Amino acid sequence: MKSELLPWLILFLPLLAAVAITLFTLRHRTVSALLSIGAIVIGFVLTISFIAANGWTPTPAESVANWLTIGDLQVDFGLKLDALSLMMMLIVTGVGGVIHIYSFGYMHEDRGFSRYFACLSLFTFSMLGVVLANNFIELFIFWELVGVSSYLLIGHWFERPSAADAAKKAFITNRLGDFGFLLGILMVWGLLGSLNFTVLQIKLTANPAALGGMASIAALLIFCGAVGKSAQFPLHVWLPDAMEGPTPVSALIHAATMVAAGVYMLCRILFLLNADALQVIAWIGGFTALLAALIAIQQNDIKRILAYSTISQLGYMVMAVGLAGPTPAMFHLTTHAFFKALLFLGAGSVIIALHEEQDIWKMGGLRSKMGVTFWTFLIATLALSGVPPFSGFYSKDSILGQALDKGNYPLFVVGAFTAGLTAFYMFRLFYVAFLGKAKTEAAEHVHESPAVMAWPLRVLGVFAFIGGVIGVSQTYASQFSGREFGVPLAQSLVEPFVHSPIGTLIGIAFIAVGFFAARTLYRNATSDPLPAKLGGFATAMKNRFYFDEIYEATVIRAHDFIAAVMDWIDRWLVDWACIGFVRGGTDLTGRTLRLVQTGNLQTYAFLFVLGVAVVMYLVLGK
Amino acid sequence: MQVGLEHYLVVSFLLFALGLLGVITRRNLLVIYMSLELMLNAANLALVAFSRFNNNLNGQILVFFIITVAAAEVAVGLALIVALYRKRQTAHVEDLTLMKL
Repeated sequence: MKSELLPWLILFLPLLAAVAITLFTLRHRTVSALLSIGAIVIGFVLTISFIAANGWTPTPAESVANWLTIGDLQVDFGLKLDALSLMMMLIVTGVGGVIHIYSFGYMHEDRGFSRYFACLSLFTFSMLGVVLANNFIELFIFWELVGVSSYLLIGHWFERPSAADAAKKAFITNRLGDFGFLLGILMVWGLLGSLNFTVLQIKLTANPAALGGMASIAALLIFCGAVGKSAQFPLHVWLPDAMEGPTPVSALIHAATMVAAGVYMLCRILFLLNADALQVIAWIGGFTALLAALIAIQQNDIKRILAYSTISQLGYMVMAVGLAGPTPAMFHLTTHAFFKALLFLGAGSVIIALHEEQDIWKMGGLRSKMGVTFWTFLIATLALSGVPPFSGFYSKDSILGQALDKGNYPLFVVGAFTAGLTAFYMFRLFYVAFLGKAKTEAAEHVHESPAVMAWPLRVLGVFAFIGGVIGVSQTYASQFSGREFGVPLAQSLVEPFVHSPIGTLIGIAFIAVGFFAARTLYRNATSDPLPAKLGGFATAMKNRFYFDEIYEATVIRAHDFIAAVMDWIDRWLVDWACIGFVRGGTDLTGRTLRLVQTGNLQTYAFLFVLGVAVVMYLVLGK
Repeated sequence: MQVGLEHYLVVSFLLFALGLLGVITRRNLLVIYMSLELMLNAANLALVAFSRFNNNLNGQILVFFIITVAAAEVAVGLALIVALYRKRQTAHVEDLTLMKL
């Protein structure tokens, strides 16, 4: 009984904190922060104790409260508890908790300190809701709530027009994907008559053709939601702009957790995706990974490089889902949460030290002055690049291995090539921003961040290092393919080489090429040598392949045109013609009739007599 | 000349018409009020005449009631006019157009 209530408590604690901060403690900065941090840290501890007590597959696997019943449609508010959701809860509360603590240091001078923590707690609540939802409606509601909190946090510095615009852009772009998502949900409900994941899975297992010819369409519509939330091509444009938010937000929401929600959702409803849909998903993922990696090469803003790298890594995860490999996808999601959060927090530490400077060409020479940031950033860079034995190596290799297992060689090549690009742009960033000589005055006078920011870096650094061999992959595998727990450490260390040695070696080769290319080009560079070598292609990469401009010229132009037409219809047809005539007619009648009301007693009396005379005539006069 | 019902009714009609004319055209509230009484009495006259020529006393009984009620009504009405005059210093209907918007 008590243990069944724990997940509910974990879910609602952050909401409580958010409400308490908003209503009572907005003026007390420290209390607000402690409430928010307390809620998520307690959540983390409770999650661990829940897993310790019940294992990864607790019984009952669902904890349900009936929410509403409309005719045949019954919507529950339920929590689904299995290895997948419990692991995600650990990530959300664990990585989230560390970032909460880091925020305490990072945001300390900010005027909206309490508001910031209220939004963070709201986000934690929504994200836990997405993770725990046991049906589509609940998932969708939390999905939107996550979008709202993301909007609030991107627009935290709403006085800056760029931040306000970025917040709107993120929200609206997500709405595009969510529209398809909602259509997909409705389609699934219409065809299968249920929204509960467990029920849906049972129905589809019993009758795989239940969705009939609509199977691919429904699956792809649902995938639309993931395209928006996980920033896949062609809706990837919002994520780099989302970097307008505070850096810890970028770390938590736009790197570690929220953008992973799309991948998580796909893994949750994997049984709905048929072969055709998976094929499309895999290619979109692969294409996004490659595209974003290419763009990242020519960015100069430290946060934007990391943002494109996030899109690229999300592309990997989506590709893994598309290759029918939820285990590698979730594995990479987990390790990515560790090292990408660490990268962002490290970047934040550098940005603070340089007084809001984000251009990597104005950094440099940070090694001796910012020891903790330097070393943790290096670990995260190695992990992201996929250098063994860091965590990213294992997860990325498992995705490449999945591509080989499925015999999808084109995607394997895309993945391996992207891995090389990843190593290239990450070491470009690392060489330019951290090594060499200090490139500006500000970079010479940096100081290490305070302990409240340094310790989160250390903690995440440890996990970014060992995340690949602590049994994350096996935990997911236990859910998706029924493999056993308890692989010994030595075995998981060499697992990639045993599983598919050729793929692993090719991957490492690409990574090495990327690393040495970056080392040659950027070791002592003071400006980017690449534009001179690549010419127009580099310009295109720098300008993000003109996606924003293309959308500006097509989608937004078309939208403006439709809006203008609608405006005309509203203004002239509806307002003027329809409403105008009714209103004008009423007005005219009213004005005319008003003349009758003279207020003169004798006029009334005269009219009254006249009326009586007319009635008398009609009654008697015939 | 035999005085018949018609004669009484004609007188009654003339009285009523005069009263109505007074109500509609005169501007002083007191005069309007008197004209109103005139109309009332025109109706009384018609009732009495019908009663007499139909050999039925109901009409005369009704007239007694009307006279009684009219006396009370006059008391109330005059009191209202006096109160109005005290408040507004006028008994002229053209000054009393508060009901107009």
